[in-house]
Amino acid sequence: MAASLTLKVAGSLRKGAGRPALGPRQTQMVRIIPARWLNLQEYQSKKIMADHGVTVQRFFVADNSQDALEAAKRLKAKEIVLKAQILAGGRGKGSFTSGLKGGVHLTKNPDDVGQLAKQMLGYNLITKQTAKEGVKVNKVMVAEALDIARETYLAILMDRACNGPVIVGSPQGGMDIEEVAATKPELIFKEVIDIFEGVRGDQALRMAANIGFKGPLQQQAAEEIQKLYSLFLKVDATQVEVNPFGETPDGQVVCFDAKINFDDNAEFRQKEIFSQDDISESDPLESEAAKYDLKYIGMDGNIACFVNGAGLAMATCDIIDLHGGKPANFLDLGGGVQENQVYQAFKLLTADPRVKAILVNIFGGIVNCAIIAHGITKACRELKLEVPLVVRLEGTGTPQTGSPSPKNRQMNFVPTISI
Amino acid sequence: MAHRGLLARLLVAVERSGVRHCYTGSRQNLYIDKATKVICQGFTGKQGTFHSQQALEYGTNLVGGVSPGKGGRSHLNLPVFNSVKEAKESTGADASVIYVPPPFAAAAIFESIEAEIPLVVCITEGIPQQDMVRVKHRLLRQSKTRLIGPNCPGVINPGECKIGIMPGHIHMKGRIGIGGDPFNGTDFIDCLDVFLKDPKTEGIILIGEIGGNAEENAADFLQQHNMGPNAKPVVSFIAGLTAPPGRRMGHAGAIIAGGKGGAKEKIAALQHAGVIISMSPAKLGSTIQKEFEKRKLL
Repeated sequence: MAASLTLKVAGSLRKGAGRPALGPRQTQMVRIIPARWLNLQEYQSKKIMADHGVTVQRFFVADNSQDALEAAKRLKAKEIVLKAQILAGGRGKGSFTSGLKGGVHLTKNPDDVGQLAKQMLGYNLITKQTAKEGVKVNKVMVAEALDIARETYLAILMDRACNGPVIVGSPQGGMDIEEVAATKPELIFKEVIDIFEGVRGDQALRMAANIGFKGPLQQQAAEEIQKLYSLFLKVDATQVEVNPFGETPDGQVVCFDAKINFDDNAEFRQKEIFSQDDISESDPLESEAAKYDLKYIGMDGNIACFVNGAGLAMATCDIIDLHGGKPANFLDLGGGVQENQVYQAFKLLTADPRVKAILVNIFGGIVNCAIIAHGITKACRELKLEVPLVVRLEGTGTPQTGSPSPKNRQMNFVPTISI
Repeated sequence: MAHRGLLARLLVAVERSGVRHCYTGSRQNLYIDKATKVICQGFTGKQGTFHSQQALEYGTNLVGGVSPGKGGRSHLNLPVFNSVKEAKESTGADASVIYVPPPFAAAAIFESIEAEIPLVVCITEGIPQQDMVRVKHRLLRQSKTRLIGPNCPGVINPGECKIGIMPGHIHMKGRIGIGGDPFNGTDFIDCLDVFLKDPKTEGIILIGEIGGNAEENAADFLQQHNMGPNAKPVVSFIAGLTAPPGRRMGHAGAIIAGGKGGAKEKIAALQHAGVIISMSPAKLGSTIQKEFEKRKLL
């Protein structure tokens, strides 16, 4: 369930391992990427899939043990799986502050579900991917447990190398696909999709066959693939990953687990999906920044950065590092930044106790330096800035002769022109 | 950072599908000069107005703009048209710059492709990826229109023509900013091809960032086309050495995915192709100066 699983198809570098770089042919293979974009719980993703006709296990969601018990009875399933709903992965091997071990439980008895849910809801679940104190469980998923006879892997993504959608599949599902890509690249199959044509019938069938579906199951799998692709487009996903894309003993093709990455840029037309964003497990500073449309990523150091433009922001962090410092954050103000956002960003940076100095590096193209200057001086006056502040403002809105004059000489403020 | 001589600064994310498209035929449209007739899409909007004023002050040959529903009016003493087609028919425009918000920007690009505008520069950041995939599909199968961007600062031929948001006064000759989106119209290789063939270009500065494998592809291209005694000096800065993996650093395309797309690999690939790496953007100027001196090009 980990949102941080790293996947790369076709023999290439493993996370942290030092393998030689890919040659040109290999770099043409697709790359699955993990990303911390929109955060959806498993039940939310599965509901989106179900709404688009994709076959998932029947399920209900409950936020109290009584509802969980009733849901278990309503399912009328041979076996039930109860899953704590948190964003972090590693749930199966986690443990609750209630003492219950395991965030995922299988049982044939609906009454057990009620008992187990009582020990999950309201308690923290601690896994390898959560902080030490774990994450509070507010909801559980009560689903029909289905046996998996065979597990395959299926993903659909927008691939840069192919300039469009690609379907990637492997008969080796249920495990680390990166491992498969590294050790058995011949078991990774790819179909490049024409965005205007969609998935052709022959492509869907070929992929289904390649990943091992035989007989009537091949047609079923092909249909699921079509539905997943349709979902992929409808919700502006950048990636839909189903692992395992499974086969049950009684001949059903089911998406047992899925991770969907959504394109942030499409938020304006995907309001329903983005309104479900769960920021409870996010870095609070990052969530706060997001409220003001500031792109902020926390890092380890003590020099706060305040930059316009992502490229310059990254470069600024690099330059700090190059000179022996450590950046406390990446912050891209964006081109259309307003004075209020500048003020809020400054407030954020100065609220971080680790920050020992602030570096403002602005090269105004769309951004007008005067807006930045006003926002900063307002923030400095109100927040009684105590750490040193180094400011470089260049570009649109500055007099061509050099740096802007500081409005208040009492500020501990060092104007500078070039980086 | 500006430097003497004819330097080109490239900000780019490269994708190459390995299939030859007729689109490469439009590379020469990257050349702009004081005669280039430019129209502005999103002309009467806030950004369109501001940057058109800047362009006019710079001396860009802006001949009009497009704002659907406002055709027939005058804005900044220039004609406003309802569509790109009308604008082109009336002005003979060679280029268009797009300052249209994300929900409508892809449609604006399509309109320019339909009208066969030779050069389209899209400044807009935040266009949905799916929209750009469709644009790119169309773009690759034709050769009349060259797109730069989206999410880019633009292209400038200092002293002659400025199409985009870069402040004019800091530039010396020849610069193209290609942008940080994963699906875009012009890549490193497009620019390198033009600059390597351009007799007026003596050296090249290439600025890249984490994500994708544009820089690696550019390195391959340089190995094939820029080695030996006539090779032009190429200096590069790659942003994102300190970027934590798995996080999208602002730009839609700037993400290190499971060990790939990182700055270290890009730096290694470029060095292998004879590119001199500067560890700081502030040192790019002095680095290429040193290169020129070394090769006695000064």
